[in-house]
Amino acid sequence: MTDGSPLRVLIVDDEPPARSRIRDLLSDCALKLPLEIAGEAATGREALAALPTADPDVVLLDIRMPEMDGLELAQHLLKLDEPPAVIFTTAYDAYALKAFEVHAVDYLLKPIRLGRLFDALSRAREITPLRLDVLRALKPEPRRHLSVNERGRIHLIPVAEIIYLKAELKYVTARTAQREFLLEESLTNLEQEFLGHFVRVHRNCLVAKSAIRGFERALDADGEGQWVVVLDNIREKLAVSRRQQQIVREFGKSLK
Amino acid sequence: MRSINQNANTSALPNFRNLGILLRILVIVDGMCLAAALLETTEPLTLMNKLIDLSAVVQPTLLASLLVLAAASNLLRRLSYWPAVATVIALELTIVTVVYFLERGIFGNPGMLERYWIFTLIVAGVLIGYFDLRGRALSPALTEARLQALQARIRPHFLFNSINAVLSLIRKSPAQAEHALEDMADLFRVLMADNRELTTITREIELCRQYLALEQLRLGERLQMTWDIASMPADALIPPLVLQPLLENAVYHGIEPSSTPGVITLRVSRDRDQIHIVLRNPYRADGEHHVGNRMALANIRERLTLHFDAEASLKTGATADSYEVRIVIPYLKSS
Repeated sequence: MTDGSPLRVLIVDDEPPARSRIRDLLSDCALKLPLEIAGEAATGREALAALPTADPDVVLLDIRMPEMDGLELAQHLLKLDEPPAVIFTTAYDAYALKAFEVHAVDYLLKPIRLGRLFDALSRAREITPLRLDVLRALKPEPRRHLSVNERGRIHLIPVAEIIYLKAELKYVTARTAQREFLLEESLTNLEQEFLGHFVRVHRNCLVAKSAIRGFERALDADGEGQWVVVLDNIREKLAVSRRQQQIVREFGKSLK
Repeated sequence: MRSINQNANTSALPNFRNLGILLRILVIVDGMCLAAALLETTEPLTLMNKLIDLSAVVQPTLLASLLVLAAASNLLRRLSYWPAVATVIALELTIVTVVYFLERGIFGNPGMLERYWIFTLIVAGVLIGYFDLRGRALSPALTEARLQALQARIRPHFLFNSINAVLSLIRKSPAQAEHALEDMADLFRVLMADNRELTTITREIELCRQYLALEQLRLGERLQMTWDIASMPADALIPPLVLQPLLENAVYHGIEPSSTPGVITLRVSRDRDQIHIVLRNPYRADGEHHVGNRMALANIRERLTLHFDAEASLKTGATADSYEVRIVIPYLKSS
């Protein structure tokens, strides 16, 4: 990253005029600082799709965007083997900015000044990378998507589509109606983040409340009776541990 | 025009042609009758009889008073406060005397006339005192701070985003940038003006269009607007900056959170002597940014009350995918 190659900049902003203004400013900066525009994206999804071809060194990232905001996108970017430097852009958000200062996270106020942008880009190669815990502190609300890095591409899994999360050795498996994903996250942290959305049926398993169709009695490996969860859209049934049996009763009550 | 420093003498009689004022008079006088009857007895049957006896004099007097005061309203407004108060009391004493003699003709001797005079003086005094206090509570001096805050309440978010949008136009499309700055100037001129006087609804709609033109720069086709205002009376009066902040809410909560186009609908229609305004925007209930919205609504509701009392209303409703604000105001024509 420290060689003389031009700095590749990805612009992410949902408003076309904002992107166009940054383009203008970048072309001004380019007179003094070798850089090129690696790509543009109007949503978080577009940005993730653009990553493999854009291969940016820096992402200029708008905080307030529909569907997925900048702070969530930044968390997904961290899944890359070599995450780009992120400089947030925002029009106005007094509370968030205070938190940004506290954690020394780079941001530019819109309307962006040429000088500020130039300074930020000049420092971009030395920027301390963002840390997940800092981003989580800046945005305590749960993410709308989980993400996995599959051969260099960031794949998004909408939380609403996840049927269950199961801890296995080093990984957590996220199961959707279509397929499974391996996440490098801890089940406990996921449980904390999405409190209320999932329910723990077993020491190693969280199930989406909305996906529970019912409970059945079944025999376990030792031939003993136990409760299992019957789920929407998939045939697999998950064992309910003895310690979590009260959820069967609670589920019954919620039906009444 | 009243200024912020002129708070020494804000006493004024209420507008006797306002439905809310009339209702308040009715409720207070009947409440006092009930209190008077309760002082004499608490036994239900005797209490009923007592109330009927009292009503025989009080209700005709009350209704006659409301009619006379409404009729004399313009005259009273031309007088200064104390002469107007004296006039009202004189009118009331005359009315109660007339009612007294009429009743004596019908029901026989209803007791001493002086008692009725004293009761009338007490009731009139209480009411005038009440309306004076209420008037002071809602007076410009006390509400000035609120009104000032309301005037300055455009979102900083909108200001900076608009400036950003204009900046992006300057190099590529200077003419469009000029036009946008003109819209901004008009918008801020109204925002910074003294907004205690009513404006025409046509002017308010024009302001809304200028505001939307600015938002359109940023949001492009995501922002779609349907105007259903063909039957709107162009001369209807409305407090300034009632619709624009609501529209701003609609854009902020209904359009910005989605990357797909959304439609905001504004309908203004007349129903006899009322103006009905309905603003609808798409909305997904994910619980964000509610506080700002409630504050804006509370402010607008308060200003509607200051101007129209009980004759105006503001209601909100939400369905699974849309949010609606309904406003009813009396139809006042601009002269």
